[in-house]
Amino acid sequence: MVETKVRLCGVDLDNPIIPASGTFGFGYEFAQIYDINCLGSLSFKGTTLEPRFGNATPRIAETPSGMLNAVGLQNPGLDKVIAEELPKLRACFKKPIMANISGFSLDEYLTCAQALDKEEQVAWLEINISCPNVHGGGMAFGTCAASAAQVTKAVKEVTTKPLIIKLSPNVTDIAEIAKSVEDAGADGISLVNTFLGMRIDLAKKKPLLANKTGGLSGPAIFPLALRMVYQVYDAVKIPIVGMGGVSSAEDVIEMILAGATAVQVGAANLIDPYICPQIIEDLPKVMEKYHINSLTEIIGGAH
Amino acid sequence: MKQSIYTIIENEALTSSIYRMVLEGDTSSLTNSGQFINIKLDGFFLRRPISVCDYDENTLTIIYKVVGHGTESLSQYKKGQTLDILCGLGNGYDTSLSGDSPLLVGGGVGVPPLYHLAKSLIAQGKSVQIILGFNTAEEVFYEAEFAQLGAKVYVATVDGSKGTKGFVTDALALTSPYSYVYTCGPEPMLKALYGKTDVSGQYSFEERMGCGFGACMGCTCETKYGHKRICKDGPVLVKEEIIW
Repeated sequence: MVETKVRLCGVDLDNPIIPASGTFGFGYEFAQIYDINCLGSLSFKGTTLEPRFGNATPRIAETPSGMLNAVGLQNPGLDKVIAEELPKLRACFKKPIMANISGFSLDEYLTCAQALDKEEQVAWLEINISCPNVHGGGMAFGTCAASAAQVTKAVKEVTTKPLIIKLSPNVTDIAEIAKSVEDAGADGISLVNTFLGMRIDLAKKKPLLANKTGGLSGPAIFPLALRMVYQVYDAVKIPIVGMGGVSSAEDVIEMILAGATAVQVGAANLIDPYICPQIIEDLPKVMEKYHINSLTEIIGGAH
Repeated sequence: MKQSIYTIIENEALTSSIYRMVLEGDTSSLTNSGQFINIKLDGFFLRRPISVCDYDENTLTIIYKVVGHGTESLSQYKKGQTLDILCGLGNGYDTSLSGDSPLLVGGGVGVPPLYHLAKSLIAQGKSVQIILGFNTAEEVFYEAEFAQLGAKVYVATVDGSKGTKGFVTDALALTSPYSYVYTCGPEPMLKALYGKTDVSGQYSFEERMGCGFGACMGCTCETKYGHKRICKDGPVLVKEEIIW
């Protein structure tokens, strides 16, 4: 009998599989098609202080082995998330959840983090300083080590729950930024958010996305994400949540060997809504195939 | 929504760029005319959303236009091959609001979802008129099929090579009084129709989608009733909520 349990910042997970923010809404759409309590956890849709419509459409484009999105943090806003979305999620999901928070100013991050910190089911705060699709915010905090550390330190001071900082891959030195948020008090790091990309519509001879650029996700980015997880594992001691193009139990094990304690599944949910339960079902079989007794034992094993 | 494997029992060209595919499999998740399916194709990441033209207990028919690499690939599939499909997506049309004499208006590949709708309305004893709009006579399809259902059919072509010369709105003058409008087609057509009809109606929209089932927020539009995901809260919107 193999062991799929992992412990992330002091919280136990039955398995390391966590649907990534922005690909799973607030869970209840998926709860209509399978019992989402099979998941380790889930990271809910990125929440901002005010409601956001997001960017103009088209927001989605096909790419080789992946997709671009420029949704732009569409969400109902903090108050509605707490009053309406979290009760609906609670009704269908009994496990610890990861609260994903975005902002346009330090104050906004603090207000959202303080409010969601009080929610009983929230086990971790995942601070998104890496959204590539929103101008004047999001990624601006995550592409510079000093501002990444500033957000981390400020949120840490006003919250009680483990703080996970979600990093952008659109930087020169991911390890430097990871180190700076660890030094500022982060309890964990999640990476990677999407890679900035674009497509051009040949018929119109203009960018395909209304936002011109979007974030690349899907299997196309898996090797890039894996490399960054590997690099960050060398740079920090805090746990890592690995993501980027993960689509199979084999990918999950590669991520863990590179240094991830838990693994998020993103774009794959949109193509195959049953991918997470499939990965969870496959995981023990793949572990046996490669003579892995416990996932915890192999974290960072490739180093 | 259900995900399952369907067997292709027909995939034939209706015109030089329009194909009809008949699939055999589980259609139990289809509940309304105007819903769509999302098809996984070998070599492509995103599924391709295509509206359902007709369905029964174990088959469904789609009619699609080859516009890019994905639909071109779909046109190459042969009878007997299988496809992984998410079925029963979107809200579809509500026939309970039609009144006694609904008018259906389809433009190009917006025509197919109106076929099952016309069938349902006629089965309910409604008097159905339909305007079919195309660019040219060579692109016209399903004129006879709608007539066989018992609908009164008007055709408009932009170049005048068949029926009324011009757009579907130019054929409005030919119709008898109607109680309600059901439509699907390119957005400029929907907008023109919105402005030139006085009765209420249901308008089916198209948008680039990520998932097709409401998870990714890739296809959201603003309406008078709030933000709506074209894939999950649509593709059919009622006239009163549309913001142009």
